[in-house]
Amino acid sequence: MILIAAAPVAAAPDGVHPDDPLESPFLPTVLQLVLPEGARVRFDDRVKVTFPAIAENQRQFPVQVDARDVPGARRIIVFADLNPIQKAVDFTPAAAAPFIALRIKLDQRTPVRAAVEVADGSWLLSGGWIDAAGGGCSAPPVSRVKGDWAQHLLALKGRLWDRPDGLRLAISVRHPMDTGLVDNIPSYWLETLTVSAGGQVVGRLELQASVAEDPAIMLLPRPAGAGPITVKARDSGGMEVTSQVARQSAIPAVAGQ
Amino acid sequence: MAHPCRRQPLLPCRRQLLLGLAGLPLLAAAPAYRLEADAVAPGVWVVRGADEPIAMMNGGAIANIGIIATDAGAVLIDAGPSHRYGAALADLARRLTGTPVARVYLTHLHPDHSFGASAFPATQVAATRAVAREVKGDAAGFSAGLYRLLGDWMRGTEVPEPLLPVADGTVEIGGRSLRLLPLAGHSASDLAVLDVATGTLFTGDLVFHNRAPATPHADLARWRGALGTLAGLGHARVVPGHGPVDQTPGTAIAQTRDWLDWLEAALVAAMEQGLSMVEAGEMPIPPRFAGLAVARLELQRSVSHFWPALEAARLPKLSP
Repeated sequence: MILIAAAPVAAAPDGVHPDDPLESPFLPTVLQLVLPEGARVRFDDRVKVTFPAIAENQRQFPVQVDARDVPGARRIIVFADLNPIQKAVDFTPAAAAPFIALRIKLDQRTPVRAAVEVADGSWLLSGGWIDAAGGGCSAPPVSRVKGDWAQHLLALKGRLWDRPDGLRLAISVRHPMDTGLVDNIPSYWLETLTVSAGGQVVGRLELQASVAEDPAIMLLPRPAGAGPITVKARDSGGMEVTSQVARQSAIPAVAGQ
Repeated sequence: MAHPCRRQPLLPCRRQLLLGLAGLPLLAAAPAYRLEADAVAPGVWVVRGADEPIAMMNGGAIANIGIIATDAGAVLIDAGPSHRYGAALADLARRLTGTPVARVYLTHLHPDHSFGASAFPATQVAATRAVAREVKGDAAGFSAGLYRLLGDWMRGTEVPEPLLPVADGTVEIGGRSLRLLPLAGHSASDLAVLDVATGTLFTGDLVFHNRAPATPHADLARWRGALGTLAGLGHARVVPGHGPVDQTPGTAIAQTRDWLDWLEAALVAAMEQGLSMVEAGEMPIPPRFAGLAVARLELQRSVSHFWPALEAARLPKLSP
């Protein structure tokens, strides 16, 4: 496989990145917004970004990033070029596989991508276009019933599976994930999720309000020890909650169907 | 030859603009539906929808529409996706039956079936109370999505609140008996209509034939109950909401039931196996459904419809 020499992303004029297979406008600018300064970038399909062909619900669009085929993958940033809040999540797996599944909001037809940092500090990019129009018969969501969310704020749900390819963890957190872009509703979102086991950090996520309401995240923990998995959630208002998922609760997966 | 606007060669002068515009092809005339009716039984026709998702190419004409001739005028089962479709449908019905349209029954609220009611007076449009009530509510939300997908096809589409009530039972119209069955399951209110004389059962989207069922507002338990009711009507043939006419009483009903049963079990199994939402949408579809159009698409849509509720039920609460 030929690797294209990574070029630094300098202050480039707005326009298509020369190597971008998606030919998306403003990518150099978007990369400046979502990646660290001076990030070196190249496009690589070993980063597997998958999502459905149709955005049935543009407020809950499932995206999965699997960088297990990328040697030395150590950080994953998920973003959508043309969302007003481009970055969705910044995930650092410490004792976890470089894999994340989550749901994001889509503002319009946009590329959805992941950037994966590797050992030499450069970033591998992959992704695809998705149209936010949806299925036609699906009405846009009725505005969220605000009366309910305050009572369940930061309520955590979680489950572990013990699969042949290792542990899987699903976490969901009740949170409005207000972007601040809706009239009269200030921004207020779940900022960090930290997963640990026996004092060892398994993974750390920094979320933006472009993540869907009531975030639901799936990770593949690879903890060294056998103790329970701890999940700590903290929002932009400083509210924090911590819970545990017992390892014994890991449900053996039924052999593949 | 001297440039006509040599003095200002870089700016288009008026003459140059007019010449340029004259050279443009005429802007395409407004998009037009070419509707054709297939005879299904004496006095009963179906206008087949495209077995595709709603898209600019098909103008949203993806639902099957029924035309029934009566002495009091033509009766329509559903009206299509837009005002323009409804008008074309009225034209077609008049040519087929020799009479104007007397009544339009709406099977359910979904826009590919109901928005063509825009072309008919509200006093001719019949729907259950649940549908009539929702026309002003949810319909506005559907409309935005449809305009985005279909653009000018939708021009002038404003759905009237249906003024003719629909109740369980048999109505007589122009010498024709129509058995009305208000049911639910595909949506909150799904009307099936049986033409008694020919035994032709119009099911709306309670039944799909060789085309995967859509579940945006589905209640699977109620849907199964509705299918059970439909199966026992003693009819001869089924006009499904989407897909070819079923010339048997039970094939399409059974196929719809089979898909829904598989779908529900498969989604629960996917959750229990720890699949992600994306992986659930990629799961293999059994070979017996290989003949169903848009199966992968509808599976992915159904994941979106059902997954959050599945998670809510199957992810345990964590205590601190």
